[in-house]
Amino acid sequence: MSAVRTFIEHYNYVITILLMMAGLYIVVARGNMVKKLVGLSIFQTSVYLLYIEPGKILGATAPILDPAFKVYSNPLPHVLILTAIVVGIATVALGLALVVRINEAYGTVEEDEIFERDRDA
Amino acid sequence: MNFDLILRIGAKLVLPFILLFALYVQFHGDYGPGGGFQAGVIAASMVILVSITFGLQNARRIAPQGMVETMVPLGVLIFASVGVAGLAMGKNFLDYSVLSGDPRHGRHLGILLVEAGVFVTVSGTMIALFYAFVERGR
Amino acid sequence: MALLTLLAVVTVAIIMQRSLFGVVVLFSIYSFLMASVMMVLDAVDVAMTEASVGAGVSTVIFLATLHLIKTTEMRQVNVKLAPMLLSVVTGGALIWGSMILPPFGRASNPIHQHVAPHYLENSIKETTVPNVVTSVLADYRGFDTLGETTVIFTAGIGVLLLLRGARRRGRNGEDRDAS
Repeated sequence: MSAVRTFIEHYNYVITILLMMAGLYIVVARGNMVKKLVGLSIFQTSVYLLYIEPGKILGATAPILDPAFKVYSNPLPHVLILTAIVVGIATVALGLALVVRINEAYGTVEEDEIFERDRDA
Repeated sequence: MNFDLILRIGAKLVLPFILLFALYVQFHGDYGPGGGFQAGVIAASMVILVSITFGLQNARRIAPQGMVETMVPLGVLIFASVGVAGLAMGKNFLDYSVLSGDPRHGRHLGILLVEAGVFVTVSGTMIALFYAFVERGR
Repeated sequence: MALLTLLAVVTVAIIMQRSLFGVVVLFSIYSFLMASVMMVLDAVDVAMTEASVGAGVSTVIFLATLHLIKTTEMRQVNVKLAPMLLSVVTGGALIWGSMILPPFGRASNPIHQHVAPHYLENSIKETTVPNVVTSVLADYRGFDTLGETTVIFTAGIGVLLLLRGARRRGRNGEDRDAS
């Protein structure tokens, strides 16, 4: 019984790790570079989730101070992730720019075809 | 320029409110959810909407390439110079309490200035990214 | 919990989808769901950022990229064994490890004992700003934010250098030696 209880209390971590592994699988297994970047973004968002989850207190409210409330969730992970999201889109855009340049040079964004062309050249 | 009429009128109606909302998020960030990062992205999305519905030329008239490219480093410069101001007035780097007579209001003012710097850099970068990708497609 | 399960379902759909256009649209849905989850977890600022960045601007930039390249994945979707095994083993180990983390949502967890109470108590007293996220972002941890802003600036400059430079080669590689 306590095993089920432990599982339910950690269900959010289970889903977070599932998302993380889905991202890892896409990055490793898929050859298409845009798909790889989407996988990387999924990995990244799962890390955001991993940071935000421990900061929540059940029954608490958002960390905007007001005399009407007593208990607030932890603001520190919010700050770290807030900046990380915007940095994340900037770096993903950098990756996409590289993909565009690769496409111009090779005519494809599939990893296997790029390796083939390198071997031929 | 045979774009959809409803789309153009609808976009025209929505545009000022997007910008207003961005400014609200920017300056109300101390009291409610919001701040420079979100406001920058929302302001950039306004320019992106203009560019999608009315074409890149019209978006360029609102946010010229040169201005956008100046904004990218300018925000970082504002942020860092607020930090250096603290340094010049005999406190630590990024200690805003010297900016005003009352240290509490000095820190509040510092937060506003820093958020403005973040806003400038983030919106400039997002618009510049969009322009770069769209231009490449021409 | 329902939202988290929905997130997992959308992720599986992203893995199965072969049309890149579909992938991008699903990713937009995924970001919006993620924003809802953040909202439920009391992270209103993060939810706002995720909704505007993840579901808004990043979708636009992905679509602008798809305009420049082919929009379907070439290879047949076949389950490769080695990456699958790697993910399953790593995921199993991480889930096993996460079971000894403090349970979700208790006020007595160690994360709530360290520096966060100081911010929550002194934010109004020291900075007159009620939104603690803003005061920590810009004041208590301003150095962090300065670094992050510099990273955004650097990434922006990188994209501009990569994409605005003169186009030396043909779009589909046909005149590769034209430079």
